[in-house]
Amino acid sequence: MKHLNATIILALGTLLTVFAAAFAYDDLFRIHAIILAVHLGAAAIYMARLVKVDGSGEVEDKSGYMDGPIRIGVILTVFWGVIGFTQGVLIAMQLAWPVTNLEPWFNFGRMRPLHTSAVIFAFGGTALITTSLYVVQRTCQARLWGGAGLAWFVFWGYQIFILMAATGYLLGITQSREYAEPEWYVDLWLTIVWVAYLLLFLGTLFKRKEPHIYVANWFYLAFIVTIAMLHVVNNLAVPVSFLGVKSYSLFSGVQDAMTQWWYGHNAVGFFLTAGFLGMMYYFMPKQAERPVFSYRLSIIHFWALIFLYIWAGPHHLHYTALPDWTQTLGMAFSIMLWMPSWGGMINGLMTLSGAWDKIRTDPIIRMMVMAVAFYGMSTFEGPVMSIKAVNALSHYTDWTIGHVHSGALGWVGMISFGAIYFLAPRLWGRKELYSLRMVNWHFWFATLGIVLYASALWVAGITQGLMWKEYDPQGFLVYSFAESVQALHPYYVLRFIAGLLYLTGGCIMAWNIYKTIKGDVRDEKPMVAVTSNAKPAE
Amino acid sequence: MSLLEKHKIIEKSPTLLLVGSLLVVSIGGIVEIAPLFYFQNTIEKVEGMRPYTPLELAGRNIYIREGCYLCHSQMIRPFRDEVERYGQYSLAAESMYDHPFQWGSKRTGPDLARVGGRYSNDWQVQHLTDPRSLVPESIMPKYGFLTKTPLKFDNMDRHLRANQLVGVPYTVEQLENAKADVIAQATTDADIEGLQARYTYDDRFSVPLGDFDGNPDEITEMDALVAYLQMLGTLVDFSTYVPEANYR
Repeated sequence: MKHLNATIILALGTLLTVFAAAFAYDDLFRIHAIILAVHLGAAAIYMARLVKVDGSGEVEDKSGYMDGPIRIGVILTVFWGVIGFTQGVLIAMQLAWPVTNLEPWFNFGRMRPLHTSAVIFAFGGTALITTSLYVVQRTCQARLWGGAGLAWFVFWGYQIFILMAATGYLLGITQSREYAEPEWYVDLWLTIVWVAYLLLFLGTLFKRKEPHIYVANWFYLAFIVTIAMLHVVNNLAVPVSFLGVKSYSLFSGVQDAMTQWWYGHNAVGFFLTAGFLGMMYYFMPKQAERPVFSYRLSIIHFWALIFLYIWAGPHHLHYTALPDWTQTLGMAFSIMLWMPSWGGMINGLMTLSGAWDKIRTDPIIRMMVMAVAFYGMSTFEGPVMSIKAVNALSHYTDWTIGHVHSGALGWVGMISFGAIYFLAPRLWGRKELYSLRMVNWHFWFATLGIVLYASALWVAGITQGLMWKEYDPQGFLVYSFAESVQALHPYYVLRFIAGLLYLTGGCIMAWNIYKTIKGDVRDEKPMVAVTSNAKPAE
Repeated sequence: MSLLEKHKIIEKSPTLLLVGSLLVVSIGGIVEIAPLFYFQNTIEKVEGMRPYTPLELAGRNIYIREGCYLCHSQMIRPFRDEVERYGQYSLAAESMYDHPFQWGSKRTGPDLARVGGRYSNDWQVQHLTDPRSLVPESIMPKYGFLTKTPLKFDNMDRHLRANQLVGVPYTVEQLENAKADVIAQATTDADIEGLQARYTYDDRFSVPLGDFDGNPDEITEMDALVAYLQMLGTLVDFSTYVPEANYR
């Protein structure tokens, strides 16, 4: 009776959302419910056609691991990556050429959360769920706990969250909490999915045949459990109606701001850092075929990182109406955070000791090394920007956006690409990738894109900050705000071009992965010609 | 390194790892967030703060819906240039009824914490409809559709009620008159005495009134948004505010 349960659950879900649409309290909730009903209904019909009553067609993975969701996950990670980068290019275009705003649904204010959520939650989140489920099975030598049902629920449940969040933004459904924009009912759904994810991960750890829990799993586990805590507390709210979109946050003003940036900074710290460090700790040693540099360093930097990160939120609120003691505490901990961050970087880079030549010969390793290098750079830049004197200039400017992107494009993007290139041939049983040379092209497009992006926005941010503060000898402000907007135009154009470069790299990856899955191998010159004729002395 | 040897115990137990991580990540938040709720000096003592009128609240919800906070901060920092450009630096008290806060994190456009009363209603409507007709350098999107979208305000009492549940001191009278107060504030010929009595702190500070969008036949989303913009940063009476008494 394969797929029968899934079909029934999907059909019930469709029915429920149809009722929600029928009794909706406001139009936006109705539209949102109809969107969900259509998708669930289509999925139910698709699944019903797959129902096999005699139980035939059961295909076990030859590896003994549950890799079905992971295969789909790799495809979706690539898909969301391209979508998210495209979305970034589009809003970069809107800032450079405002005529490209199309009111009301495609104005910058609605498109920007679509971009941030597409890259953080759709691309990053899918990459994290996919790789964590791959890694936990391999390092525990155990099949996922809870059967296929739980794994698929976590997987598709998370995609439903993405669908609801994304369509909501364009409709104007938002809590206005940065990186936590989805409204209360989408938040509740994510909570259910996330608890299921925690159980799935934890259950597999309990089933392990290895005595030790591998270090990558510590990071994945800390990421899952901390995100659960942050998500629940930051999204506490009272809805106007249980069948309506609007809710009012439980906290107000200064407490609300502190809670939001406690969440916001740790979305960076745990979603975009701890989770991806888990990725680094598995895929980098694997690809380099070297053990992790230091076991002790990984213990120290793990506990120090998760302890210190959570304090860093107030640096988003320097010189605001947040009490000074909180700001100072946030700054002090942000500076301390530099050390465990670099502990991770050193552990990643030094894993290559004795294998540095692979940077020359293996573009995937090159990608991973660049990721860790960008991790090191942005975790140095971050503490610098958290110093109040620096923040006085940098806050509210594009410098912050540049900083975020050197971390997101450089670290999060590059380490994910590395993992995807590692996974694709293995998951589909191919001997090798379609093309290593295309990986190399991807590497250079992405790297050039990041460098151009970060430098354009450094200059833009510092220009902006200085123009706002410029006085003439008589003691008057020199520039109007509008003049500072005008001055940034060239940098916004450069940023758009940088985004295009990065997107081009993403598209090259998508083609490469597609051909790899198909089983093709590109006819190309090997990456490194064997040039050495040196022979040992006779 | 015997301490690191002991780490093996944690490494062999998913439960210890889970509980240990959760404990470690809880500390920072508890120390930084919890005291803000019970330290009496977190929110300054000021005169003049009042909850939003139903029309302003509806306007604020449009401000949130359109993502205005992504480009405009509402938080003036205590620097010479910011105070000269935007006005008196912002106090925590000024956002005490803000669920959620709208301090923002980026100034692609200027700060709006004290934009209230700075421009005329006509200017605001024209600027929202076509920003570059007034500020050629502007890169702001157009929001002309707000003028054509009727405001839905039949259920503003439910919105006030939800705010009441999260701690905004709306009175029973304010809840009962929510719909009438929207009409009173957004039209020119309505009975405004009740509204003024319910939302005015004293004679010097009053609720901005009028037909905000220049279209007296209909109450639109533009009316609500402009009503909200026109009261931003105008509530606190700074003539009675003593900064020295509120150092934190």
